[in-house]
Amino acid sequence: MTSNAVCSHRDPMLKKRDDFEDMLEERRNSSDLRYALRCYTPVLYKGVAPCKANQLKNMVLQSEQIHYVINQVSKEMGRAVDDVQEEASAILEEMAHRLQLSTVRFFAFTLSKVFKTLFRSICVNEEGIQRLQQAIQEHPVVLLPSHRSYMDFLLMSYILYTYDLALPVIAAGMDFMGMKFVGEMLRMSGAFFIRRSFGGDKLYWAVFSEYVKTMLKNGFAPVEFFLEGTRSRTCKSLTPKLGLLNIVMDPFLKGEVYDVSLVPVSISYERILEESLYARELLGVPKPKESTSGLFKARKVLSEDYGSIHVYFGQPVSVRSISQGRVNRCQFNLKPRHIPRRPSEEIHSFVNNSAYRLVRAQEENMVLKPWVLLASLLLQNHHQNQAAGQKQGMVLDELTEKAVWLRDLSRQYGAFLHWPDHMPPSEVVSSSLSLHRGLVRISEGRVQLAVEQAGGQVKPEEPHSTITPEEDLLSQAVVVLSCASYRNQALHVFIRPALLASAIHTATSNKKQEVYNSFSFLRNMFSNEFILCPGATVQDFEEACYLLVKTGALQVTQQEVLVTERGQRTLTFLTSMLDPFLQGYQVVCRFLCEEATEALTEKQFIPAVRKFIIKHLLAGRLRYTEVLSSDLQKNSLAALLRLGAVRKIKGAEQGTLKVNKVMVNSLEDTLGGKLPTQKAAVARL
Amino acid sequence: MDPSAPSLHKHGSSMASNSSGGGSSDRLRVAQQRLRIIAGHLQTPVDGEPAVLAAECKAQGSKADVSNVTEEKTVPRRRQEIMKWNGWGYSDSKFLFNKKGQAEFTGKRYRLSGMIIPGLKDWFESTFGASLQHKTPATPILNSSAVKPPTLNEAFVDDLKSTSIPFSHDAEDRVFRAHGHCLHEIFALREGKFGRIPDMVVWPNCHNDVVKIVELACKHNVCLIPYGGGTSVSSALECPPEETRSIVSLDTSQMNRILWIDEKNLTAHVEAGIVGQELERLLNESGYCTGHEPDSMEFSSLGGWVATRASGMKKNIYGNIEDLVVHIKMVTPRGVIEKSCQGPRMSTGPDVHHFILGSEGTLGVVTEVTMKIRPIPEYQKYGSVVFPNFEQGVACLREVAKQRCAPASIRLMDNEQFKFGHALKPQVSSLFTSFLDGLKTFYITKFKGFDPNHLCVATLLFEGNREKVLQHEKQVYDIAAKFGGLAAGEDNGQRGYMLTFVIAYLRDLGMDYYVIGESFETSVPWDRVLDICRNVKARIIGDCKERGVQFPPLSTCRVTQTYDAGACVYFYFAFNYRGLSDPVHVYEQVEHGAREEILANGGSLSHHHGVGKLRKEWMRETISNVGIGMLKSVKDYVDPNNIFGNRNLL
Repeated sequence: MTSNAVCSHRDPMLKKRDDFEDMLEERRNSSDLRYALRCYTPVLYKGVAPCKANQLKNMVLQSEQIHYVINQVSKEMGRAVDDVQEEASAILEEMAHRLQLSTVRFFAFTLSKVFKTLFRSICVNEEGIQRLQQAIQEHPVVLLPSHRSYMDFLLMSYILYTYDLALPVIAAGMDFMGMKFVGEMLRMSGAFFIRRSFGGDKLYWAVFSEYVKTMLKNGFAPVEFFLEGTRSRTCKSLTPKLGLLNIVMDPFLKGEVYDVSLVPVSISYERILEESLYARELLGVPKPKESTSGLFKARKVLSEDYGSIHVYFGQPVSVRSISQGRVNRCQFNLKPRHIPRRPSEEIHSFVNNSAYRLVRAQEENMVLKPWVLLASLLLQNHHQNQAAGQKQGMVLDELTEKAVWLRDLSRQYGAFLHWPDHMPPSEVVSSSLSLHRGLVRISEGRVQLAVEQAGGQVKPEEPHSTITPEEDLLSQAVVVLSCASYRNQALHVFIRPALLASAIHTATSNKKQEVYNSFSFLRNMFSNEFILCPGATVQDFEEACYLLVKTGALQVTQQEVLVTERGQRTLTFLTSMLDPFLQGYQVVCRFLCEEATEALTEKQFIPAVRKFIIKHLLAGRLRYTEVLSSDLQKNSLAALLRLGAVRKIKGAEQGTLKVNKVMVNSLEDTLGGKLPTQKAAVARL
Repeated sequence: MDPSAPSLHKHGSSMASNSSGGGSSDRLRVAQQRLRIIAGHLQTPVDGEPAVLAAECKAQGSKADVSNVTEEKTVPRRRQEIMKWNGWGYSDSKFLFNKKGQAEFTGKRYRLSGMIIPGLKDWFESTFGASLQHKTPATPILNSSAVKPPTLNEAFVDDLKSTSIPFSHDAEDRVFRAHGHCLHEIFALREGKFGRIPDMVVWPNCHNDVVKIVELACKHNVCLIPYGGGTSVSSALECPPEETRSIVSLDTSQMNRILWIDEKNLTAHVEAGIVGQELERLLNESGYCTGHEPDSMEFSSLGGWVATRASGMKKNIYGNIEDLVVHIKMVTPRGVIEKSCQGPRMSTGPDVHHFILGSEGTLGVVTEVTMKIRPIPEYQKYGSVVFPNFEQGVACLREVAKQRCAPASIRLMDNEQFKFGHALKPQVSSLFTSFLDGLKTFYITKFKGFDPNHLCVATLLFEGNREKVLQHEKQVYDIAAKFGGLAAGEDNGQRGYMLTFVIAYLRDLGMDYYVIGESFETSVPWDRVLDICRNVKARIIGDCKERGVQFPPLSTCRVTQTYDAGACVYFYFAFNYRGLSDPVHVYEQVEHGAREEILANGGSLSHHHGVGKLRKEWMRETISNVGIGMLKSVKDYVDPNNIFGNRNLL
């Protein structure tokens, strides 16, 4: 329960992690029906009695907070108080969960069936469950799972039900409600629904935050939400959203509860159900509106093997202890606590920092499968061979050798790697490959990405099919992006050393200060892309140095940073890992310099930049297909906006982008190593 | 100095008899009282001013003590003759476990004196995990050779001799005035450890004596520390270890006369050294009272009340000390400060009284005070209400405050304190009483469904004329009923108030068996009361655990005063320190954490204990930089050479 839980450890090797138990094993050996109907008596916070949904609603509507806001809104809008009150009540009606044990039991039964068909195992760290059980009794608990799949929150509730723990209430996006029947089912299994955006709507915000706080403060149930805000389509952790975290920390900061326990939960899927769906979405095939039939679209899904799931319940993080010395709670002394107000600068930065640390805690406990390493290697190989015009693919033995090398490296970097050590490496590799046979192809003893599958080898000279080069490119990109989504799972392990490797690569000399400057530049540039705690540049630099020095890849003296002979391999691997992102950001910059018109709006940005990139890819001026990912494009725009190189002009034209071409240009050059960091961009950042 | 120390409260029959001489003098005392009352009534009006009883300081130089003839001082110069040198209160009164392992309270002064308290042992052992086998006895006698010889300022001593004001540099006298009643102070005394102590003690007899002493101190650059009742719980009496000058403790205990009573305006002019019980006793003889009854009133002095902004338990009727004083005379290095008239309220710039109230001995010595007095109330009635839980109890108190119908005193104890109070029930003599008790318990817990681990009790004290008291009582009980409260009888009420005064004696018992503890207080807005109580109690438990305390501590609170905009909350905490190498340090860390928690939850730094040196570190954040600057500039003007060098407050 200490702050250490979220701090990054000095030596990742020392990280102690719990063992897993497969919870499906028992399901395979005993009756699902009996399991679904068994006696369920979870312990609650300080033994409170569970609260009926209606009681809860009344508590919310009668709270001082809501009264205050209702009066305020009524005064401001000139509306009758009753009218506003009714609206508040309607909002709550739309939002509130209706947790019913019968629905939970229904899910317990069906999910048992479904899970057993889809997955080989669902592994849970039982010590984590015990810690959670303890935490639930002591303080209000907030569950913070990572979000990679629709499955996530059903899975969470399923696990908690299995271990006889209090079922959480879950903040879900309103889009789920579109799925008529499922929406209501989810509601009855504890989901409550929030609109995706309600920017200026005071009343909505008040009802919503009061609803969450009431449940939390009274300890009726653990509150669950996704820090990342939405499913990560790239399997990279998303930069955290702060709204709900702010809300759940508020009761502690205002002294309404003694403490709040935040429990990061890492859910890792060996194979993601939505794998190619995500890739298509990133490539611009619009997201299909959530519909019941869409969830398990093809029944085919049910007949496939999705490997195993690992769920790791992290160390509960006490808000009290992480806020110690960082937030002065006296700031709430001078104004009644029920009057809403914007969080102070101090609180904002505290919540923001905590959010990053929690996402990092999720990342650190994310189980990595061997395939993640293979995907990284195959992607790098794919691009290198493509560039060099070599024969595609890698000999199986070579892949195995590299995988073993990378296994050892990643372990030294502290990765939570589940590599079955009792199996010969070649077997590990081949079984991984067979689980993901949709993405790789093995022919003539060579392993390569299954990129030609869709369109066949396209020879520009003789376009014999109706498939345009663009369509072909996109279908290749689906495979590449799917693969990248697995590589991305390992990014958090390598990101700091990779930033350092790239910094060494771009820096003009070996001087430590210069390397640091360029590290700092890159880190700043990519802080929308990866989970890099704000303000922790020095720590990250030190951590990166430490890891590279420890593994013998680097020598760091007082003044200089030197790459050792045997370090070349590591550094090459690391720079290649970051290279697609570097190139991607540069392309976006180039686009903005070359093609952005005065009238470019934020909405038009993605399609326009995509078109630009496709052009460059087809012309062979650009190597990385994954640059087509709209996620990367959005992140780079966000970075440029943050750095002030692009500005959003509010007004008549909605979100017109104004580009500072000089600055964007120099950022691009700096990213490409053409300009020394400190001279060009840094001065202006 | 602190008037409301950990604490003694006294009321009515629970009040200790103040005689120091044992039984034989009782009859004599009663006779004297009657004589004095009669004398008061018979006094003929002088100069057309009826009923002004005057006594003059001039007539009572140090040698003029003869004029007081038989008058016995409540507090003698050699306090150690009647009071413990290393614990709370009178030497003859203490808790102990007798040979049968039963707790009893010795002496004859209190209602509980001579009684067996059968429940205490079990409560003590189960609450603290303490055992009667594990004793930690105190050093029995003060070893004078362990006391550093005094650093005397010869010139000052010579000049002082010529004034014939009594003084002493006897080790016992000095040690007695080197401390208040903070845990660390008493703990050190019990171990026979003494830090920096005053180099001498002076006993001025009147205002003019004080003027002379302060003049001499300025002339010879001697550090003066005023000493009243010695009940401070803020380290206010501790001598700053860095002080190199000779430190003189100015004991005001001999300045304890009522100089006059003005019945037309209902005021009394009193010397500031008088202690609470003496003041009430003397006023009662004339049919009056001040109504100011801080829990420490047996020992704390009027001057101390003024210097710390004291609060009495009956403030709802009589007001706190700042409401009670009409006129203050204080001797400072710059001279004497006082107002020119006794108007009940003035608009003459910032009230200079407020520089004095709460100055904690840093500016000068309060010598005389004109105070409001009231006729003794004709009727008093205790009461109590049981609530199903603390939340309901607080809601009730809030409603009572809202309707402004608070009785003279209303206090709400939490569940732990309710159990504690229960453990202090003296042995019941008849089977019938214990049967009745059982019946009551049954009614409340089984019939009314109150959970014995949640219920809590409010104790009440009503005062006034009989009819109004009864009417008032009904009003309060009606409100209580709305919050699920059940009237629980006068007895419980009275015992609740008794708990307040015995608890300070109980700490000494705990310290004999590895248990240390303390109380501290705060004031907080109504909407924060529940939150602060929960969080501070939890913080204490958490911090104790974190610091290696083996057994969960006693962590309990009560709401002791109600105001329009908030309440005063008292916390008690105590723990078993077996297995800790530095218990006092652990204790101080936990108390420090608890205070931080109080401040973080919107509580004040202190409601009435004051700041002293114990809570100095939080002054700046409490009153802002400018606030500190204002206080500093007053100090710099009034006492540029820091003659009053106890270093409290700033």
